[in-house]
Amino acid sequence: MTETLREINDRRQRLTAGIGERVRALPRWQKVLGLLAFVGFLYYLPYLGIPGLTWFRTDYIPQGNNWAGVLFSCAIYVLIAIGLNIVVGLAGLLDLGYVGFYAIGAYSVALFGSTQSPVVEALQNRFGLSEQWAVSWAICIPLAITFTMISGVILGWPTLRLRGDYLAIVTLGFGEIIRIVARNSSWTGGPQGIAAIPGPEGAPSADNTIFGLIDPKPWYWLALTVVIVMVFAVRRLEHSRVGRAWLAIREDEDAAAVMGVPGFKFKLWAFAMGAALGGLSGFLFASRNAFIEPTQFNVYLSILFVAAVVAGGAGNIPGVAIGAFLLAYLPERFRDFSEYRTLAFGLALVLVMLLRPQGLIPSRRRARELADRRKEAPANV
Amino acid sequence: MKGTFVDFDALFGHLGQHTVDGLSKGSIYALVALGYTLVYGVLRLINFAHSEVFMIGTFTVVGTWSVLGATDSPAIGTVILLLLAGLVAAAAASGATAVAVERIAYRRLRRMNAPPLIFLITAIGLSLVLSEAFGLWQGRLVKGMPTIVERSVLFTIGNTEVTNIQAITVVAALIMMFGLDTFINRTRYGRGVRAVAQNPDTAALMGVNKDRVIALIFLLGGLLAGAAALLYCLRYGNTRFNVGFVLGLKAFTAAVLGGIGNLRGALLGGLLLGIVEVYAATLTSSNWEDVAAFVVLVVVLLFRPTGLLGESLGRARA
Amino acid sequence: MSDPEDLVSLAVSEQPRRDDLLVVDHVTLRFGGVVALDDVSFEVRRGEILGLIGPNGAGKTTCFNAMTGVYRPTSGEVRFDGERVSGRKPHQINRMGIARTFQNIRLFPEMTALENVMVGTDSQHFTSVPGALFRLYRKRAKPEELPVVDSDNGLVRAWQQTRLAFAKVFGISRHTLEERAGEQKGMALLRFVGIADRANDLARNLPYGYQRRLEIARALATEPKLLCLDEPAAGFNPAEKEQLLKLIRDIRDKGYTVLLIEHDMRLVMGVTDRIVVLEFGKKIAEGPPAEVRENPKVIAAYLGVPADAS
Repeated sequence: MTETLREINDRRQRLTAGIGERVRALPRWQKVLGLLAFVGFLYYLPYLGIPGLTWFRTDYIPQGNNWAGVLFSCAIYVLIAIGLNIVVGLAGLLDLGYVGFYAIGAYSVALFGSTQSPVVEALQNRFGLSEQWAVSWAICIPLAITFTMISGVILGWPTLRLRGDYLAIVTLGFGEIIRIVARNSSWTGGPQGIAAIPGPEGAPSADNTIFGLIDPKPWYWLALTVVIVMVFAVRRLEHSRVGRAWLAIREDEDAAAVMGVPGFKFKLWAFAMGAALGGLSGFLFASRNAFIEPTQFNVYLSILFVAAVVAGGAGNIPGVAIGAFLLAYLPERFRDFSEYRTLAFGLALVLVMLLRPQGLIPSRRRARELADRRKEAPANV
Repeated sequence: MKGTFVDFDALFGHLGQHTVDGLSKGSIYALVALGYTLVYGVLRLINFAHSEVFMIGTFTVVGTWSVLGATDSPAIGTVILLLLAGLVAAAAASGATAVAVERIAYRRLRRMNAPPLIFLITAIGLSLVLSEAFGLWQGRLVKGMPTIVERSVLFTIGNTEVTNIQAITVVAALIMMFGLDTFINRTRYGRGVRAVAQNPDTAALMGVNKDRVIALIFLLGGLLAGAAALLYCLRYGNTRFNVGFVLGLKAFTAAVLGGIGNLRGALLGGLLLGIVEVYAATLTSSNWEDVAAFVVLVVVLLFRPTGLLGESLGRARA
Repeated sequence: MSDPEDLVSLAVSEQPRRDDLLVVDHVTLRFGGVVALDDVSFEVRRGEILGLIGPNGAGKTTCFNAMTGVYRPTSGEVRFDGERVSGRKPHQINRMGIARTFQNIRLFPEMTALENVMVGTDSQHFTSVPGALFRLYRKRAKPEELPVVDSDNGLVRAWQQTRLAFAKVFGISRHTLEERAGEQKGMALLRFVGIADRANDLARNLPYGYQRRLEIARALATEPKLLCLDEPAAGFNPAEKEQLLKLIRDIRDKGYTVLLIEHDMRLVMGVTDRIVVLEFGKKIAEGPPAEVRENPKVIAAYLGVPADAS
């Protein structure tokens, strides 16, 4: 019995390893085409009707949630994971309060975009604006990004001088403080939260044709587009001086400093960029949901995020994306087991860490492809 | 607005009272913080699962008392019996859990020489598993228990009333602290612990059994968490499957505040954190006590990046 | 070794201003009651290889750390090019022109050899997050900097032509130019130290000797005026030591000043122009190798064992 199991496992490994190598061996343009096809498939996902694959849909099970809606949550989580990956995977900073940025992004659009928010009401009264006035959705995007980046810098400025483990507890505290402030302040709507958060078509109403409350498909496509753009942006950073500096800091901060890497500056940038992505994610979440309340931003959530990122394969975008996707998707697909889902998640974490500590899809620090590599590689020295 | 937000009269009118309350609250933090500090001092690892070790202690207290048929305010002899039984059972259960966690998960990771992040995520996973297992088994609602020790004023100094529970908590915590300090600094086992904390490889070369020392560390942390669980039950009279999360967070904060890896630091950090929280709750409202706790932590770390007393389980003055 | 022309850019520009590059001026360093360095003075002259030697515990590494800004002297000061070293952050000291290697190798293990060196070359560059993200800072491309159109595949060729046209109109971003320069210089340095064949291997997978050489290449990549080598020959066999000697001489010949901390007397005697000997935190001798070798104090410090016996 165990023999056959091992055999199957061996064969599977040979098979998958072969796939990886064969894919890498393909010419670049074929890889690009394959990637485009995959992206196309992602856009098609809400309609998923391929026989055999419909099993994956969440609305085929009793009381299952709308499939596109689940996909939207998955995209939001993936966006969070990509941002967190900058901080944890690339720069190697343990941030356990990432949910704080998510919350700040969400509250940015809520406080400035919703006609019901205390901030907007105060602005209306102060400047004698109409009761329908609120900051438009499009302007809330840069607002949310700015606020989260600033908060990332504010959090990072005093704390990034601390060593790793101290950073973990301080960031955890930050995440908790954001939630407590949101719950206990009158200007954030308090425990009741804030409703009527706008989307691309303005305040939520039955007249909205595309980004309405009923059909989540356009929301998913919007979130997916943001994810793709951000993957592209993060890859640009990764393959630049900035990415190298982050990796160097992660590997050996003192040695990096001696080699002229201004560690503090780049760590701060990592925090700011990670925060911006988390904020963007929270922004999308709040717009889609049209309503937010403090309990949605429990610090517990950010521990789950970190766990998903590490279990997926920190430092590697496909890895962290898979980790975050599973974190959002599995509980929706297996609702019958919802009572056991946290237990199962914990068990899965322990097993992954014990059996595959590098994560599900580990970061394959691929050799830098040099244009003139073949010319220089022979050992003629 | 200003006058109502910060209420200085409430604090300074009964400063002694709040200090005593903070000390008793902080004693529980300190005992749990010791578990974090011991493990961190030796392994440089945040044992996230320690909060569940504490949680299991509280459930053991509840279970033991219900098995022994405890009722509200029994006779004095029974009280002592129940307290002792609760203490022994909780300490045993917590200690066993802590050692089991080390054996099942951490030892394997240590063999693999895994980076700290892997330890941390494993610990988080274990923490989820343990708390969820209790959530499924014991239900997710708050679990009450009989009031073994009726709260009563033991003595009064000025306008400060000290209750029996506060006195028991602080005294018990101090005794255990003292015992642990002596154990680490005066005994052969303690010397092994300090040796491993300072330099694991050299200690191993000198004939110290590293695995044994690490198991001992987890056991000690577990025993103290069990004791803390009993004191917690006396103070709050209830528990819940996720009671460990917040308390563990606070205790870890306390450990960092005092200087993680430093035993006396854990005591100082715990007591200080308790006082800060009670003061902050009095000054504003209990909603803001956590904010105050973390702000104090950040401020302390800004000026003393390794906590109030610094990290030093390895150094002779633990 | 490779042709010298791609190392032209590596050579330090000649500055005949002053002879002394680094001056250790009456430096005393106390830790609590322990005097680690006691009124030590010497200087490193431009273009020389200076050896810093002494028996174990003589304060070599302490002295080294004081010179590279890790420790702040209790009294006295270290000046580099006339400016004080202490009180600056490590990366600022690197920018002043001091680069170092570590006694126990400290590479970035999960990065390739080339990436390790490029971290060093990055210290010359300016691209930060906005630059890498938006690439708005662009320069008119020189003909040789334009993207090449060389594919036979129609699709790819079309893409390459688009890029070429784009580069002609909008120029080339500083990010791209810096990446390219970093890569070229990185490869040149790897060839210089003789490990270019493993450029794309992770640092942790490199053999020990390669790792030592990679550290030197990485330090050189920051274009230092002074290169400090902390026991670079530790763990080397005689043949490897011989190669290292040659490398150090080559480095000096490129115009770098080298400070060499070394335990192995033979290595130090063979390569250095001058030697400073420390014992118990005090300087006991200074001078050319032949002279130091005969110094009775030095012989006594090494327990009476003649220098060439070690």
